[in-house]
This record gives sequence, C-alpha cells and structure tokens, in this order.
Amino acid sequence: MNRFDYIRPVSVSEAIAAAAVPGSAYLAAGTNLLDLMKVGTTRPERVIDITRLPGLDRIEWLPDGGVRIAAMVRNSDLAYDERFARTFPAVAEALLSGASAQLRNAATVGGNLMQRTRCAYFHDLASACNRRVAGSGCDARDGENRLHAVLGWSEHCIATHPSDFCVPLVALDALVEVEGPHGAREIPVDLLHALPGATPERETALAPGELVVALRLPAEAADFSGNARYLKLRERTSYAFAVVSAAAALELEGKLIRKARVALGGVAAKPWRAREAEVALTGMPASAEAFAKAAEIALADALPSGDNAFKIELARRIVVRALSLAFEGTPEVMPALPASPFSTTAGAIHVA
Amino acid sequence: MSLSISLTINGQARTVVLDDPRVTLLDLLRERLDLPGTKKGCDRGQCGACTVLVDGRRINSCLSLAASLDGTEVTTIEGLAEGEALHPVQAAFIAHDGFQCGYCTPGQIMSAVGLIKEGHANGDPERIRELMSGNICRCGAYQGITEAILEAQKASTEANRRDAA
Amino acid sequence: MSLDTASPTARRHGSNAGQPLTRRDGLLKVTGRATYAADNHPDGMLYAVTAISRIARGRVTALDVGAARAHAGVVEVLTPANRPPLAHDPDEKMPPFGFRVEVLQDDTVRYVGQPIALVVAETLEAATEAAALLDPQYEIADARTDRSNGDRFGLAAVGIGAPPRTVHGDLAAGLAAATHVTEAEYETPAQYHNAMEPHAVVAEWHGDRVTLDMPNQAMALSCAAYGAYFDIPAENVLIRSPFLGGGFGSKAILNGPQILAILAARMLKRPVKLVLTRTQMYGPVGHRGHTWQKLRIGTDAQGRLTALHHHALCATSSFDEFIEPAANASLPLYDSPAILVEHEGLRLDIGTPGPMRAPGEASGSAALEVAMDEAAVACGMDPLEFRLANYAETEPGTGRPFSSKALRECYLEGAKRFGWAGRPLEPRQMRDENGFLVGWGMGTAVFHCPHFPAEARATLRADGTALVETAGADMGQGAWTALAQIAAEALGLDPDQVEFHSGISTLPDGGIAGGSGHTASAGLALNNAGEDAIAKLAAIATADPASPLFGAGNIGVVARSGRLHRIDDEGRSESYVDILARAGQAEVIGTAKAARDPAIAEAHAMFSHGAVFAEVKVDPDLGQIRATRLVGAFAAGRVINPRLVRSQYFGGMIWGTSFALHEEAVTDRRTGRIMNADLAEYHVPVNADVPSLDAILIEEDDPYVNPLGIKGVGEIGITGTVGAIANAVWHATGVRVRRFPVRIEDLLIARA
Ligand SMILES: Cc1cc2nc3c(=O)[nH]c(=O)nc-3n(C[C@H](O)[C@H](O)[C@H](O)COP(=O)(O)OP(=O)(O)OC[C@H]3O[C@@H](n4cnc5c(N)ncnc54)[C@H](O)[C@@H]3O)c2cc1C
Ligand code: SF4
Ligand code: FES
Ligand code: FES
Repeated sequence: MNRFDYIRPVSVSEAIAAAAVPGSAYLAAGTNLLDLMKVGTTRPERVIDITRLPGLDRIEWLPDGGVRIAAMVRNSDLAYDERFARTFPAVAEALLSGASAQLRNAATVGGNLMQRTRCAYFHDLASACNRRVAGSGCDARDGENRLHAVLGWSEHCIATHPSDFCVPLVALDALVEVEGPHGAREIPVDLLHALPGATPERETALAPGELVVALRLPAEAADFSGNARYLKLRERTSYAFAVVSAAAALELEGKLIRKARVALGGVAAKPWRAREAEVALTGMPASAEAFAKAAEIALADALPSGDNAFKIELARRIVVRALSLAFEGTPEVMPALPASPFSTTAGAIHVA
Repeated sequence: MSLSISLTINGQARTVVLDDPRVTLLDLLRERLDLPGTKKGCDRGQCGACTVLVDGRRINSCLSLAASLDGTEVTTIEGLAEGEALHPVQAAFIAHDGFQCGYCTPGQIMSAVGLIKEGHANGDPERIRELMSGNICRCGAYQGITEAILEAQKASTEANRRDAA
Repeated sequence: MSLDTASPTARRHGSNAGQPLTRRDGLLKVTGRATYAADNHPDGMLYAVTAISRIARGRVTALDVGAARAHAGVVEVLTPANRPPLAHDPDEKMPPFGFRVEVLQDDTVRYVGQPIALVVAETLEAATEAAALLDPQYEIADARTDRSNGDRFGLAAVGIGAPPRTVHGDLAAGLAAATHVTEAEYETPAQYHNAMEPHAVVAEWHGDRVTLDMPNQAMALSCAAYGAYFDIPAENVLIRSPFLGGGFGSKAILNGPQILAILAARMLKRPVKLVLTRTQMYGPVGHRGHTWQKLRIGTDAQGRLTALHHHALCATSSFDEFIEPAANASLPLYDSPAILVEHEGLRLDIGTPGPMRAPGEASGSAALEVAMDEAAVACGMDPLEFRLANYAETEPGTGRPFSSKALRECYLEGAKRFGWAGRPLEPRQMRDENGFLVGWGMGTAVFHCPHFPAEARATLRADGTALVETAGADMGQGAWTALAQIAAEALGLDPDQVEFHSGISTLPDGGIAGGSGHTASAGLALNNAGEDAIAKLAAIATADPASPLFGAGNIGVVARSGRLHRIDDEGRSESYVDILARAGQAEVIGTAKAARDPAIAEAHAMFSHGAVFAEVKVDPDLGQIRATRLVGAFAAGRVINPRLVRSQYFGGMIWGTSFALHEEAVTDRRTGRIMNADLAEYHVPVNADVPSLDAILIEEDDPYVNPLGIKGVGEIGITGTVGAIANAVWHATGVRVRRFPVRIEDLLIARA
C-alpha cells in the first residue's frame, strides 16, 4: 500500500473540499478500497475518511412512504431494519446474500454502490486493463473470462459490476443523492454505473470529488413488497460473488401482472434493468410461458464476451425462476440461505 | 505524519501513536500491540481469521484502517475469557471439537460471539451455517463449530431468560 | 458398530487410549494463546517481504532497487546481485525429499510467483510497499502452461520414490476377454494447499546458531537441510513449531522464501519475520499438480473386472520432478486379472507441485471411482454391488495378504447408515419436496499406511507423574492429545499425569508429520519409550527385597494407575512413587527408537479403507449443486481417540467435497498467471456447503501394521468422497462430468 495522507473531515462540505485535490479517495468502511490499495490497483495520495461525517448514518422514512438511507448506513443495519426489510424485501435479501456477516457489518451503502469490478485483470498490475489504465488494452478479452459480461460490454472492457444490492435497487428505481464541488444533484442508480464503451475508465456518473450522501427508494417501490425476490447463483453456497443473479418484483391482481420489475446482476458493467421484459409482462397473466418470454426478451441482446455463453442461458433461467419465486410471494421470514436457490420454498420450481 | 488515536482494547483504554496511516487494525493488534491472538489468513477480507468485535460488532480487522477506528471499543480473542473462566462459546468449541489446527479458531469464536449478539440465527443450524460462512476453516471443523454455537446460543438464551425472570 | 467384548477395542476400554478426550491444546487454541510462528516478535525484529515474478518464464532485466531503498524504513533489498552465498546449491536436490528451490540464485524466472527479491524493513507496511516499488522489468519467453504446449517426458519415479509403471497380468488379454470396456478421460485441476496459516518464519541468529519459529511438519529433516544451506551443524538449528495452522503437506519441504528470510537475518544480524501473503502461496510452496487420466475398465458378463488400465499424465515444473502418483490408486483396490498403471510427466512453467493431502490417492481415486461408477452402469449393476463383486481379498496382482481390511464392513455399515438400499439404478429419478434433483453416489476410500522412523523419551518422576517427549507436530490432527494418550497407556498413568512436550527440534526426532503416519510413528516411539521406563522401574522394584514385587522379575509386572502389579497376583503391587522413593531416584528415563519391521511390511499389503456415500441436490434449471449429506465409514486400524478421528474424517470429506465441487486454480494460458490466487475466487467450502456429515469408525484389529495396530486417518477421507459426490451428481442429473470441479455450466442441460 502506498503512503497517503489521512484526513478526517468533520462535515460533508469539508470532505468535498478535501477531495478537490486530485488523487483523493473517499474511505468508507474500506472493505473494497483497502483491498484495492493492498493489491495496488488504486494508489490514492489522500484518503478522506467519511465514516464520521455527521448525519450520514440514518434511515429516514419520507412522508410519501419512500425511504432515504444515508450513505454511511451499514449494509447489515439496513438489511435487518425491520420496516425496511418488510417494505423492500428483495433489497434486504440481496444485501444478505452479499459477502459475509462481518463484511456486511462494516460495509456502507455508499461503498457498496461504489465498489469496483472484481475482474481479476483489474487487480493484476501486470495485466493490461483499460479500466485501470486508460488505453492499455484489456487482457480479459482473450483471457480467463468465464464469468465476464454478456450484456453491454465493449471491445474495451468486458467486466461486470459485482454488487448484489444494486440489482434490486435498479429494479425499484432507486436514486442516489450526490454532493460535489458544484453542488448537489440526484442520479438514478440505473445511470450511476457506466457501460464501458470506449472509456471503461469512467466507471460511474460521479464527477471527481462527488460524494454519495444518500440513497432513496421511491414510495412506489413499496407496491411490490408482497412479491419480490432476489436470487443469486454462486459457486459455493455462500460467501461468493454471483455467477448471475436476478431481482424480480411483481404487483399482482390475482394472477394478473399489473406491474413487473426485472433486473440482472453479474451480467454487465452495471446492474442490468430489463425494461422490455417488464413491458412484456405487464398486463399478462402470470404463467411459465410469460416468464420464459420475458427472459427471452431480457437476454435478446446478450452476446458472449468470451468463454461465457453459458451465462446467457443461465441468466434466462434465473429470470424465469426469480419471477416464479416473486409470483409465489415474498416469504414470511427471510430464508435461512438468502437468495440461494436452496432457500426455495416448496413448489417454486414447479411453477415455471 | 504521526497520528494519535484512542482505543479501548479488551476493556483497557489505550492511546496509540501511529507513525504510519497505513496500519490496519489487524496489523496494529498483532505487530504493534502484542496481541497476536487475532490471526491473518488472507489480509483481504476473504477468510474471516481476523474477525474481532468493534463496538460489539464482528468485522474483519484486516480491512479496517486503524486510524479510522479512533474512539472505538475493540474486543479480541484475548479479551473474551473472564480470568480463567472461559466464555461459553470458547468452552463449547472445546466440547464439540470445533477446531483442528486452531488457526481459524480465534476468528471463528469472535464471529460466533458476534453472531449470537446479532440474534438472527434463532437456534436454526442452517442460519448458523450461513452466518458463519465468512469464516473459512481449511481443516473442515464446520460441523463442530455449528454444534458449538447451537449449544452456546442455547446457554445464553437460557441465561437471559433466567436474568429476565 | 458391534461392541463384541472379545474385540480388541473393547479389551482396551478402561484404558487411556480409545477414549474420546477433548484436546489438550484446546484451552490454548480457544483463548488465542496457542503460538503460531508469526505470533513471535523478538526484540529488534525486522520485517521481510518477497517480491514475486508475474511472468512464468524468462529473465528479470531490471528492478528499481533505488525506489525501494528510498522508502522510509527500508533496511535492505536482496536481489541476485547482492544475495549472500549459500552453502548448498539450490539447484541440487537434497535427499530424501528436498526440492530445488528459488533463492535469488540468478535472474531466471521459472514460474509466476517465484521470489525475485526480498525487502527487509523496520515495519511491515514499509517492506510491503517497497517490494511493490521494485517494479520488475522482464525479458519474457513463451510460457508452457497447458497440455497443448507443455513438454511430455518419461519418468523414473512418481510421488516420493514410487514406481511410475506397474503391470500385473496381461492387459490385452484382459481387455479381449471383456464383454464391455468402459473408457474415459478425467481431468483434475491444479489445487493449492491453502492452509489457513500462511507460511511464515521468524529467524534469529546467535553467532552460528539459529532459532527458527516456523510451522514445520518434518523438524529433524529440516534442521539438517537448513544446516546444509547455512553451513552449520544440524544441531545448531533450533526449530520451534508447537502449532501449525494447517500443513496438508506444504510445510514438510523447504521453500525459497523461508530460506531467504533466514539468510537476511544472518546478514543483518537482527531477527527477521517473513509471512507469505495468500497470493504468494500460489507458487513456491507446492500444490497438487494438474492431471489428465485415462481409464479403461474391462468387465465380463457377471460384472467382474477383466482388465484395469490407468494412465496418468501429470504436470510438474520445468526444473523438478514431483509427480502426482495418481494412477497408483488403481493398484490396491479392485480384483482384476490384469492391471496396468502408468504415468507420464508434463513439464510446464509452474512452481513444483508437491504432496498435498492424499497425494496420488486423491486425484487417482477421483478418476477411478467415477470410472468404476461408469463401469457399473455399463454392467447394469448397483455401484455398491459392483464393488463388492470386485472385492480384492488379497492385494491384486501380488496376492499378498492385507495386514487387515474391513472394507466390506465399511461398505455395509455405511450403506445402512446412509439408507442406500432402494436407490434407483437410473439417473434423474429422485426429487425432493421442493423439486430439486436428488442423487446418491458412492466411492471407495483407500490410503496407504506409511510408518516413519521416530524416537521418544519418557521420564517417570518421583512424584509419580511423567514427562514424555518427541519432536512431533500438531497441525490439527490432535497430536498433543493422541500421542499423550498412547504414552499414558504405556506408562500406566492417566493422561492428566503425563506432561507432553513436542514441537521443538531439540527433542527426540518425532519423524515426519505427514502421510497420515504421525500418530503411528511417533506413537510407537512413545509407547516403546514408556515401556522402557516401566521396564527400568520394574527392574528396580523386583530387585528390591523391601518391595512387594521383589523376585517377580521373571514373572513380570503390569503397569496400571501409577502402580506396578505382579502379573500372576494383581493384589501385590507398589506405586511408582514408593519404588522411586525407596531407591532414592528422582526419575527413571526410558528411551526408544521405533520403525516398522521390514520383513512384516514386505509380507503384507497395508492400507486404510473406507466407503463414502453422498447425497447431492441439484437445481434442475440452474445447475447449482449442494452436497446435502455425506456418510463415510472408515476402517483404519486402532482408534486412539474417536473424537479426533471423527474430526479428521470430516476434514477429509470436506476436502473431497471441495475437490469435487469447488477448488481449482485458474491459469491464464497466455501468461501462466493464476488468476484466482486468493481465497475469494479460489473456492474452498464454507460452513454452508457442508450441512451434514457422518463418519462411522469401523473396528479393525491389525497385528501387522505396527505393534499398536494404528493405521492413519488424516487423508483417507478425501479419497472416495470425490467420486461419491461426482457420481451422485450423475445420479441426480444424468450428466457425467469428467473434469473437476463440477461446474454449474456442466449441468445446464435441457430441462427434463
Ligand atoms: C471477500 C469479499 C466478498 C464480497 N462479496 C460480495 C458479494 O457477494 N456481493 C456484494 O455485493 N459485495 C461483495 N463484496 C463487496 C462489498 O460489498 C464491498 O466491499 C462493500 O460494500 C464496500 O463498502 P465500504 O463501505 O467498505 O466501501 P469502501 O471500500 O470504503 O469504498 C468503496 C469505494 O467506494 C468509494 N466510496 C465509498 N463511499 C462513497 C461515497 N459515499 N461516495 C462516493 N464514493 C464512495 C470509495 O472511494 C471506494 O472507491 C465483497 C467484498 C469482499 C472483500
Ligand atoms: S474486462 Fe475491463 S476491468 Fe477487466 S481487464 Fe478488461 S478492461 Fe480491465
Ligand atoms: S485475514 Fe482478514 S479476512 Fe482473512
Ligand atoms: S481449525 Fe484449522 S483452519 Fe480451522
């Protein structure tokens, strides 16, 4: 880890002022930042500790039924917040399927949103990586890319975004509140993470020095509380990143789908909202055929970026399953193995 | 640049002068404060060997910058037993053979203590397994670990009930 | 498990050995007071960090030593340019199993992860960053990284001195006689030991003596080897290794980074600590080599083997020869008139593989047990019935008797406990209440029983307690407990009255803690030392007219509960305390060296056996797998401590699960870099992966394997389990996966 200046501002404005110096990085819990500093992927000259900023650790319910979660709220505190988990069960489930209990106790909402790709070449300084060093090339493109992107990738970068949390967030139209040197603004989570295009080094919509201060879920997102699930495929039962994952949320009238939300994780450089699939589901009776069709549509533009064609089929199937599970209804209690296929309640597999 | 932080470690208030901001909590404990009970297995949040409690919550000390923890209370494996009296989790680990080489054990035990405090497992072994999955044991002592936690948790629930009565 | 009163175990009930005592080191381990190497911190200690190569083959052309030295706190940077000389040529192997090591002898790079410099600094942070600042430049040669570009070569030996090729009978005739030949190729990946404790050393010199705190599975051999490297007598090397945070074979052999740290300590005249990072453990400290194995199994109409052919292509490094003896796993298990096992080497630009928990048997039995399952299917037989039909009553090919073999009992007890009966023959027949595909599979477990020469000392003290000593190693198997139990038994004392010293090289050589042979080897030495002490005590008593035992010299005495009793009249006895007090002796010391009798070894085939039954559940659409239930029944001679033995079996079965479903080093074929050299993407099982384990301890009385009747339990659990799980995956899905680990995409078949 390189030497750096450690700065602990006492207010958001002080933090933003401190971050105006190039080479600065915000430090939340550090579970991603310190890891990247240890391998040398990032070498900030100035580390700005934002964990003590006042007012950034609150969950606030808004008068309209939405919720505002300040950026320093810890992942586990949010997931186990009873009202939050009841209102946005897929988000709680996604949070609890990520990392480990220890990491979730530390990790912050802002840090989770802003965590960087797990692409092994991004972490390997001897490899070419456009995201780490603009214009240097992409060694993943012809390398070990079994788990890389199948949607929205470019010749310049085929990385995926690793967050579970973000997947239901994009499905539910969450947005982030940002403050920066040029004032405050809001960005939908769906627009927060950038697709690589020709500039994979631009990972998010944040300008240098901008700070995520809060995350908001709109009141309408609560309409799905009875039929919302997150499902995550892993190479071991727990403590692993997603091979692919999906969030599905339905608003039902009997069997009729009034509204649908679908998003995929582990398939692209951003959490992938499948809007066309949602349109296809809207107004349809829930059925295996409707779910399969939605899955087809969601993956219509998918292309293997390497040795990963299987992920396309897998993503289709997980969309179908997530929709089936959502249709079955949000479980009364959080499953013992959150988001695992092995937490499935009886019968879910047969629905589709 | 030197930095002074205060920590309460295993109940003892300490002022620590850091000549280097890069020091993680894990390296601080092991290399500078003579508390090597907490172990390093990966240094990257991938194994759980370094689990300690900070303000009562279990976290990975290898991915925590010591400077950032100024003012917190840290509990390590060295601070768990009260004198010669083992913490119920420690005793249960011995009884259920919840370890072999013992290297992951301080982390497993601190994680188990954290898990019981969190109160989300409710005596369900499947929940314990899931919530202990952030602690890798290469020796494969998982079955004993799960049984030990079930027992310790039961004991602590009963103790709480007695206290309440 | 029957508790026949005539059985040897029952006869030993009431004795120390055989009891499920909890671990003697338990208190230290649960309080954080067990000291592992890197926990030591002598005054004035410096930190060493290696810089490693990121290319697989070529030369280091430049290192920015200036930048590293300029970092505050840096004391020294060792490179090939200034590395002090070593007395042993690191490119020469050191018998019996010293490997060639990389200690900055030149600028050549032979694999990714090779140490290319060592930075020493006042703090860990400084050393780590300075190593990163070295920014190596390379001249890169094309790397050999796979079967397609590696160099094949013939072999003189496999494993540690085992024959590379063995023929019994006429393979061609056997194949010709078969009504069906099952033929398939299996691939097992490179795997890394990944003990939770990284390799570490704290080295401190005093003149020409050095003290090494390091995890070590073979102390006496290591002292000699370090002595050779540093040109000092072996007895000037003191190794302290009271606890190992797991070894699995990786801490028995010298490696480059540790030698460099010791060298730096001598050069700088200060203690030096080196701890490898997790990533640095993928290269210089051994691994289980990649294999490609071809099996041909000929069967007749009754489902009896007519021929068994096992060919293994095994990867090794470009500069050394450890070869996974995989195909030899096919020698001892199944009766066949014709058996041919053979190995071929493949040179790659990788770190040298080494023994890793069940070397040979793990990879070899993975392939064999799946092939046997395929052959059973071809014969239309239940896999268990098929194995029973091919049960070897004597060692196949040689006809030697087994020293003991309760495998049939393992099959039957395991099957009963698991509920194997009624398993449908066809795959894809079972579903659980949630709709998951359910499959049941089984595999046979086998592991050889090595015995290493070992020495021990037992001191009976005037207060009636004893001190027993041997330089053994506790790496989780429970040596502190089981060895003390054995010694206590020999001394006629309670384990509580026996102080056990181990883990330091000045004690009598406890042999090698590996090959599942430590309890038997060090145990026999302790037993004999105890018996020697008792014999000396008896000599004092029986010669003393004041003793109730006077004159019993020819009749004999037996030691029990701190007293010697006349064998013919147990009422006549005397306590150790009284005997020693009257003799005015502070202690009697018994010593022993123990080894296996070569004649008995020659005359018998010696193996531990077992049978593992697995249930897996597979998501029918998504392909995610969970091994929901494992039952293993093992017969491994005498059980000293069932609690510890069960834990060893569980550990082995979890390793088997890992082999079957999780672990794999993923190498970038262009560069030879392992792209998952960590613990996040190199998956080993977590707690949620192993919901249910059961181990049955089958009794076995073995009068030949050693006088104590102990085989070994540390490794056998892996064998059998891998096949059992892979076969269960087939039974669940109908998909036969022949490349390990089984992956989600392997099972993405059209929905039934
Ligand atoms: C072994 C391991 C396994 C994991 N598994 C999973 C998993 O399965 N699923 C999953 O989703 N995640 C997983 N994670 C990632 C984990 O969720 C993230 O590391 C964590 O959420 C980051 O939060 P933090 O507070 O520690 O952020 P930090 O590490 O402090 O920061 C992360 C990044 O965000 C920036 N940042 C932080 N806060 C802000 C802010 N408010 N505004 C602007 N920028 C900010 C930082 O500068 C930094 O670049 C895993 C991590 C590890 C180490
Ligand atoms: S996929 Fe993206 S992150 Fe990975 S190496 Fe290529 S450019 Fe870098
Ligand atoms: S050492 Fe901290 S998680 Fe492994
Ligand atoms: S006891 Fe050895 S790693 Fe857990």
